[in-house]
Amino acid sequence: MEVGQLQERFVDYTKSLFCEGFLDDQFLQLQQLQDESNPDFVVEVVSLFFEDSEKLLNDLTKTLDQQFVDYKRVDAQVHQLKGSSSSIGAQRVKNACIGFRNFCEEQNIEGCLRCLHQVKQEYSLVKNKLQTLFRLEQQIVAAGGAIPMVE
Amino acid sequence: MGSLGGVVADSQFHVLAVDDSVIDRKLIERLLKISSYQVTTVDSGNEALEFLGLQDEENKDSDLPSVCTANHNRREVEVDLIITDYRMPGMTGYDLLRKIKECSSLRDIPVVIMSSENIPSRINRCLEQGAEEFFLKPVQQADVNKLRPHLLKERLRNNKSKLIEECLGSRPIKKENFQ
Repeated sequence: MEVGQLQERFVDYTKSLFCEGFLDDQFLQLQQLQDESNPDFVVEVVSLFFEDSEKLLNDLTKTLDQQFVDYKRVDAQVHQLKGSSSSIGAQRVKNACIGFRNFCEEQNIEGCLRCLHQVKQEYSLVKNKLQTLFRLEQQIVAAGGAIPMVE
Repeated sequence: MGSLGGVVADSQFHVLAVDDSVIDRKLIERLLKISSYQVTTVDSGNEALEFLGLQDEENKDSDLPSVCTANHNRREVEVDLIITDYRMPGMTGYDLLRKIKECSSLRDIPVVIMSSENIPSRINRCLEQGAEEFFLKPVQQADVNKLRPHLLKERLRNNKSKLIEECLGSRPIKKENFQ
């Protein structure tokens, strides 16, 4: 595929991620922090997010699986995940966390388990989408093109 | 900046950033570096105090006012501003702020608090305790731009007192000059 087509694909794909609410303005802020001196900044931050989130989700699964659930711990972990998803602009993950914290406060195990499931789903989706986006970027660069700015 | 430019541009400003989130540390570091600040990041209040030269082994997580044993000269690196997350395990940003303000050699360092939670009572508490600013996360370039006046003010103040000390030191004090 030639550069122009790849670039078009990239722009369309990026726009769809915003339209569908997977990403919000904070992701654009991240992109603006990237330049020639820090060309991999976005990928680096997002990779940290993937690592951190996977740890948190595993931990949450264990914590909610206990006979006596430590809701304070659950709340702290969801707060962390909400924070990190907000920091990279992963809007749907962030929103899923908001509902989660309410159920924590109520110490509602059913609600919490439902929310955990939802957060995992949203995380999985956005991870997939971002990896696709990064792959598209790599293809453009490999074909000798520049990554277009998407407003 | 005019005539101030020469006085305050002695060296790069050094900011100490405190946050338990690796993602947020990376973000704040990048934002600060873009503003040409030198940055050190740590992941807890305890590490921050250690870096600042405040040894406080016994009172690490207590609510008691800490015994301030920080010696200005012992600290090898100058810190011009501290920016800290509010909610951290162990010592919160507020606790850290309090310990810094209780310490004679550290209390003049401007402190800024960041939080993902918009709680007015929390914001007020921090500002009352002496925080210069309170940023809502995610922190953006516009927020970081607000740091400069605080850094400049402190640098000017320090330069002024150094200048006064120098003037007083280099001239013998004659009683008759102070009638």
